[in-house]
Amino acid sequence: MTTTQTQNDIVEDFKVLEEDFEMTLNYLMEIGEKMDDYDEELKSDDNLVKGCQSKVWLSHELKGGKIFFSGDSNTSITKGLLSLLIKIFSGQTPEDILNTKLYFINKTGLCRFIGTQRSNGLEAMENKFKIIALSNK
Amino acid sequence: MNKYPLKKIRDDFPILSSKINNHNLVYFDNAATTQKPKSVIDSISNYYKNYNANIHRGIHTLAEKATEEFEQTRSLIKNFIGASSTKEIIFTRGTTEGLNLISSSLAKFHLKEGDEIIISEMEHHSNIVPWQMIANSNKLTLKVIEVSKEGEINIDHFKSLITDKTKLVSLVYISNTLGTINPVQNIIKICSQHNIISVIDGAQSSAHKKINVKSLNCDFYVFSAHKMYGPTGVGVVFGKEKILEKMPPYMGGGEMIKDVSFSKTSYNDLPYKFEAGTPNIGDVIGFKEAIKYIEDIGIENIESHEISLKKYAEKALNNIDGIKIVGTAKNKIGIFSFITKNVHYYDLGLLLDAKGIALRTGHHCTQPLMDKFDLDGTARLSLAIYNTTDEIDYFVDSLIKLMKR
Ligand SMILES: Cc1ncc(COP(=O)(O)O)c(C=O)c1O
Repeated sequence: MTTTQTQNDIVEDFKVLEEDFEMTLNYLMEIGEKMDDYDEELKSDDNLVKGCQSKVWLSHELKGGKIFFSGDSNTSITKGLLSLLIKIFSGQTPEDILNTKLYFINKTGLCRFIGTQRSNGLEAMENKFKIIALSNK
Repeated sequence: MNKYPLKKIRDDFPILSSKINNHNLVYFDNAATTQKPKSVIDSISNYYKNYNANIHRGIHTLAEKATEEFEQTRSLIKNFIGASSTKEIIFTRGTTEGLNLISSSLAKFHLKEGDEIIISEMEHHSNIVPWQMIANSNKLTLKVIEVSKEGEINIDHFKSLITDKTKLVSLVYISNTLGTINPVQNIIKICSQHNIISVIDGAQSSAHKKINVKSLNCDFYVFSAHKMYGPTGVGVVFGKEKILEKMPPYMGGGEMIKDVSFSKTSYNDLPYKFEAGTPNIGDVIGFKEAIKYIEDIGIENIESHEISLKKYAEKALNNIDGIKIVGTAKNKIGIFSFITKNVHYYDLGLLLDAKGIALRTGHHCTQPLMDKFDLDGTARLSLAIYNTTDEIDYFVDSLIKLMKR
């Protein structure tokens, strides 16, 4: 699956939410809850994503030239967003990660709810994925 | 508020009838900034439409009119806070600029190496950082009054911090995070007994309590228009004339001078000495309408309405399982910081926003206080004149539902 395919799937999944703020938030919390457990020991300063209002940790493993991500957040909504980014980027090569433009935010209506100050967190998360990709190139 | 029923007050604020995410707006972020009544909004646009001109220097009709309106605000504020003269009323951009004005000016002539300044653990960053900056540059010592777990100032600790080197105390009247009303009268009295300059951060008090700087007897009192139904970008420093006279200017430029030559410049009289450059004329004029609005309703009426709202909210919040209120001082206003057992404040803020409820989440610019309570943030509800018990009911209902998820 390419990052484009995954993003298209996400956009499709969000359609039932009809850009309703409350339903969107609840959906994000649900998918966040379904994430794999994250090892407490990985919640280190190194893995912390700087620039989010909530705490976000992201770590990775390199297998056969592809990067696999795992992560966690102390807030449910951010955790949902993180899980989407992990779904998009996990299992991709560093090049593909670096070349990916995240367009699903605009197409799902998420941008309407995640205004400028809130999107800072999202930008910081995206940057962290890309920094990891860059350092594994 | 018989003359001003709540319904009429709410109608005065156009924004209160808006829909947020398909719900009626419930605005509980008043400690950050209050909404503005139509009279304030209209007066600003009226200035730009009908008599926009630069003030003080012009001789034409528009300049005269703008100057008159601008200076009327100064007189109104002088009366509103019970100052002795308009020389004691200096316009700034807000509380933050006011505190910076006082600290940097005093750093140039009064505060010397080894001197001590006292603040408290519950200060807003804007009443911490300016003092830290001059403490660094002038080698001063910054001392901090302890706050109890209820969120009250420890007066005995304050007294124990005073030495013969203590030159200044700067304290918040009402905490923006805890809602605590500090016993500033008492503190100011102790300051004057020891010849210590007293600075009061009035950002949260000016719209909720009757202020009289003469009976408070503080040396400085600082506040922002935008937290009292006025526009952003305007604030006031009240300072006692005899201290302001001695203080050097904060900024140099036009308006604050008498004569300028390359060999010597003489400064203008008070209050203009501290008002370099073209001020925020339109918003100062808008501020006048905000003060008039408060005075029309009567600050005592506002206070009593807000006290009953506070009691109502306090009782309702205390009845919710799994919620902890941070700041339970006996003497407080309707500001409630809280955390819940199972929902992070950040999620709470977004989920309530989806229901049309605006409240603030985070550290509220009081990180040292958050550290003290071992928190990284809270959700904060803060009440104002136009809030209703129905809104509190709706908020409490929504909160309980979210916490049950
Ligand atoms: C207690 C207190 N002091 C100072 C300030 C700073 O005010 P302003 O941002 O208007 O300069 C605030 C505003 O948040 C406040 O609540």
